[in-house]
Amino acid sequence: MTTPHTAASTPPPTDPHAPDPPTTGVAAPAHTGSSATRTLGLVTLAAMALLVFLAFVASPRDQVQGDLVRLLYIHPALAWTAYLACGVATTASIWHLVKKTPGSDVLAHSAVEVGAVLTALTLATGSIWGRPTWGVYWVWDARLTSTALLFLLLLGYLALHRIDAAPEVRSRRAAVVGVLLVPNVVLVHQSVEWWRTLHQDPTLARRDFDFATSDLFMFTLVYSVVVMSLVFTWLLIHRFRVGWLALQAEELWLDTAIEARRAEGAGTTEPAETTRTEPPRSEGGLP
Amino acid sequence: MWRDALLVAGKDLRIERRSRVAVNQILPVALAMLMLFGFALDPDSPVLARATPGLFWVVVLFVTVLAVERSFSLESADGVRDALRLSGLHPGGIFLGKFAALAAQLAALQVVLGFGVVVLFGRDLAGYPLLLATLVAATAGIAAAGTLYGVLAAGLRVRETLLPLLLLPVLAPVLIAATRAFETALDGVPSDGWPWFNLLAVFALIYTGFGILAFGSLLEDS
Repeated sequence: MTTPHTAASTPPPTDPHAPDPPTTGVAAPAHTGSSATRTLGLVTLAAMALLVFLAFVASPRDQVQGDLVRLLYIHPALAWTAYLACGVATTASIWHLVKKTPGSDVLAHSAVEVGAVLTALTLATGSIWGRPTWGVYWVWDARLTSTALLFLLLLGYLALHRIDAAPEVRSRRAAVVGVLLVPNVVLVHQSVEWWRTLHQDPTLARRDFDFATSDLFMFTLVYSVVVMSLVFTWLLIHRFRVGWLALQAEELWLDTAIEARRAEGAGTTEPAETTRTEPPRSEGGLP
Repeated sequence: MWRDALLVAGKDLRIERRSRVAVNQILPVALAMLMLFGFALDPDSPVLARATPGLFWVVVLFVTVLAVERSFSLESADGVRDALRLSGLHPGGIFLGKFAALAAQLAALQVVLGFGVVVLFGRDLAGYPLLLATLVAATAGIAAAGTLYGVLAAGLRVRETLLPLLLLPVLAPVLIAATRAFETALDGVPSDGWPWFNLLAVFALIYTGFGILAFGSLLEDS
């Protein structure tokens, strides 16, 4: 759980309370990188290269599963980071409801967006693995079902975050949904687990590594989780910065629009349509 | 808080008594869905009777979406939301009031639907204590979650499409638990069903508690 701290403690590259002269337009940097995240990105790339080598070259085929075992070097790691993203989103949403800081909402939104992609990839890789192994793409297992429901819940959050409303309204409503993400998944998991165990034998064999577990296999598995956590951290930081810049751009646009209206009211010479087309510039030249 | 809850619930139920939207529109939709299930699943085969508990609760969930939309469209007319906020009523009380009115309407709908299921699907009722307890707990959970997510979607241009997306996945545990509890009751083994009742009760408590806490901050914006 280091990701929320890294993401929250690295300040966005812009200064949030700059005087931002409206005449120059959006005075924000054109990229979201910093030296720290560039280093992180390079480390992540190198680590991924090693993971690819370990997964495809160094590690052996499994006696039972053959080459399919190599999917396990990505699937559990994706699932882990998806749940991590869900946890980050709920934590940040609680933070937002308590403190009402805009940054916590941006963090929650970023985590949900990255988490939705990771969850979709988890489901996709799981189905690809399940078809040859179990003979079906899908079983109504507690873990699968709660992951699928999680995906729908994340889509709901994203839809709510896109609504056409003031930023405070939007972020507060989204935060309520965000807080309930983890409890909902727990409830779904619990109910599906009871359902399948109370009424029929679990159709699915224990997935916990019952095949020959070589040392290299275990190492690659754990290592893949580390790599995927790095990828998640990098993505989350960058998505957070993009979200922060978007928030600022939105506020800046509103400020310039208000300024333009005010100038229009004070000047009373300018017709309305000039300010409507170019709000930032019409304000600067007025006496 | 309790007085405020009674006031709001009384207001909603009085509006319903005079406008009869639930009786004249939502209830017929529910009955139409029962007919559709009959058309889709062959009524002569045992499938329909076996699937009765699940179909019943699926209808309840879809009808809930309609009822929640109706409940919050009452508040979306000009300035009603502001008036509610300025009225000085306790926000938790407003939540409980909306919740109680919604739960009462849903419970009434379910009773009628129950008759419909018995008549149309030919399934005899049994295990009344568990049936009734499940009905109460599930209705409480559905109404609490519906009220909470209803206010989240209220007043938005996309509310009709957003509400089902938010609400239906959340109600999945209720569907599972209530269906299993009904199945065990109708199959004559109600002792297997009581754990499901507990799950429903936990769900209802979580959503009612969180709704009371969060409703104030959700009413502030609009």
